[in-house]
Amino acid sequence: MSTPSTSLTATIVEPTIFELSSPGRLGVTMPASDVPTVDLPPRDLLRSELPLPELAEVDVVRHYTRLSKFNYSVDDGFYPLGSCTMKYNPKINEDTCRLPGFLYTHPLQPIETVQGNLVLMFELQEWLKEISGFAGVTLQPAAGAHGEFTGVLMMAAYHKSRGDSKRTRMLIPDAAHGTNPASAGMLGMSVVTIPSDERGNVDLKALEAACDDTVVGMMLTNPNTLGMFDEHIEKVVKLVKDCGGLMYGDGANLNALLGIVRPGDLGFDVMHFNLHKTFSVPHGGGGPGSGPVGVSKRLLDFLPSPLVGIVEEADGDMAPLYGFITPEQSIGRMKAFHGHFGGGLVRAYTYIAMHGPDGLKDIAQYAVLNANYLQAKLRGTYTIPYDRICMHEFVAEGQFAGSDVRALDIAKRLMDYKFHPPTNYFPLIVHEALMIEPTETENKDTLDRFADALIKIAEEARTQPELLHTAPHTTPFGRMDEVKAARELVLCCWLPEGYDSEK
Amino acid sequence: MNVPSNLKFAKSDEWFDAASGAVGISDYAQNQLSDIVFVEILVEEGEEVAAGKIIASIESVKASSEIYAPASGKVSAVNKGVSDKPETLNSDPYGEGWMIKIEGGSAGDVMDAAEYEKFCEGRTH
Repeated sequence: MSTPSTSLTATIVEPTIFELSSPGRLGVTMPASDVPTVDLPPRDLLRSELPLPELAEVDVVRHYTRLSKFNYSVDDGFYPLGSCTMKYNPKINEDTCRLPGFLYTHPLQPIETVQGNLVLMFELQEWLKEISGFAGVTLQPAAGAHGEFTGVLMMAAYHKSRGDSKRTRMLIPDAAHGTNPASAGMLGMSVVTIPSDERGNVDLKALEAACDDTVVGMMLTNPNTLGMFDEHIEKVVKLVKDCGGLMYGDGANLNALLGIVRPGDLGFDVMHFNLHKTFSVPHGGGGPGSGPVGVSKRLLDFLPSPLVGIVEEADGDMAPLYGFITPEQSIGRMKAFHGHFGGGLVRAYTYIAMHGPDGLKDIAQYAVLNANYLQAKLRGTYTIPYDRICMHEFVAEGQFAGSDVRALDIAKRLMDYKFHPPTNYFPLIVHEALMIEPTETENKDTLDRFADALIKIAEEARTQPELLHTAPHTTPFGRMDEVKAARELVLCCWLPEGYDSEK
Repeated sequence: MNVPSNLKFAKSDEWFDAASGAVGISDYAQNQLSDIVFVEILVEEGEEVAAGKIIASIESVKASSEIYAPASGKVSAVNKGVSDKPETLNSDPYGEGWMIKIEGGSAGDVMDAAEYEKFCEGRTH
């Protein structure tokens, strides 16, 4: 593999849209009003100055087109961002979610006029139940963490309904996503951290010591963020259940299990799905995600309302009527309407329908195979602290003995080789973590090129570390000042009158 | 790795100076965290703290982390300077980067410098 250029390319500077502004330039001209005018809001609410940029339409289009070329996405290349499952998003999803029947409906329409939408949602609920082994599913939550919050609310409601008010502690492994303790914390629960053992499993002794009648439950990601399937999962579930706790499954890593293991069968009581990871809904720009939640029988009654159900059974030639139902002890609404319908649910439905049961199993198997292939290629060059057969991802150390090169330097240098860097500095239990998740969508050539780049970078770390410290060199912008970005939160070129950045 | 011999260290990487009562984070910890960008001290002067209780929250470009009291006693001083200049924890962890002083207290579960140095070397992951 050839070494990318190390000389700084001429920095490509695209001005901000405000800098491109020229007074008097117009994008659109408004026609004369043909409706009665109304008074403006009270004077106190009016600003004397509103420096919006003034540009022609073509200038705006060119500006954003140029910016879009600086972007990197799954449509550009390999994106091994661990824990994020950045798989390819099939383009057929874009066709289905734009079908007029889906696109031009409104959540407040009478149910008789949106039967197709409701059937899709009902079937998606059923399919997710089948995939996960749960008894019920809500499609409402707008993202993974929203799903977690929904799940933890149901756990709290369950204990409360039994008059079990002592339970305030949530058990969370040290390998967990940060959203897990945040979700429990939002409900005022105290978080008990459970360490991992030498093989990356939940430390059973520590778990046993923490289990008592004050435990709400445990939030466990399996496989965990080290990419390890817990070798004692049945014991973990039993310990939590024996003390009266509920098992929460973080579905972030469900891609490794599709068609092979069902969390419901393992004894989990509740789990959120990330449709934007496992089921190919695009993500990475901050949303919209989609985080349906599945529950076991004992939590069925607590599901958010409304759920999609059959409100009138089929009768002779008449198809059943689909509508909304409310579980008896429902925790209530988690979202104004019914979830991210077009963007999330229709795309995920399409993906599942396109693959079918065997195809879903293939996804999990190829995802695990690809991760193990990469792990095997990099073992020997990079330290793999929890080194055993991994699932859909693995974590390497981005550091070398006697070198001051760090994971961040390696990640930045990868951009010179035209790869999106892996997740770095997570999970926290690995020093200088590089968390690599190839997903099933990559072929062997891509995996080989990526492994070669990482091996070459390890060599560069020995021979010319400065090259890594100052990387990237071939991107429109070089190394960002992360300290400045974290400390100086106000970088805006224009601030409202009277705004005090010190406050 | 700088480990001053007059200090005691907690497993969670805080140091405690029994002579002055000062508390901070070790050189090892600041190096692992890399650039520290935010420090919030959660206790006030005059407050009683127990060893193992959270006294501060710090954030680096890599991670956020909680700081625990390595000793029990009364907080006699809070270094407000580190909140304004969090980078002091990186540049001078045992000097200007002290966070609070605990007066008349007793050390919790701490190690001496030699033990701590060995402990850090043994942390493969």
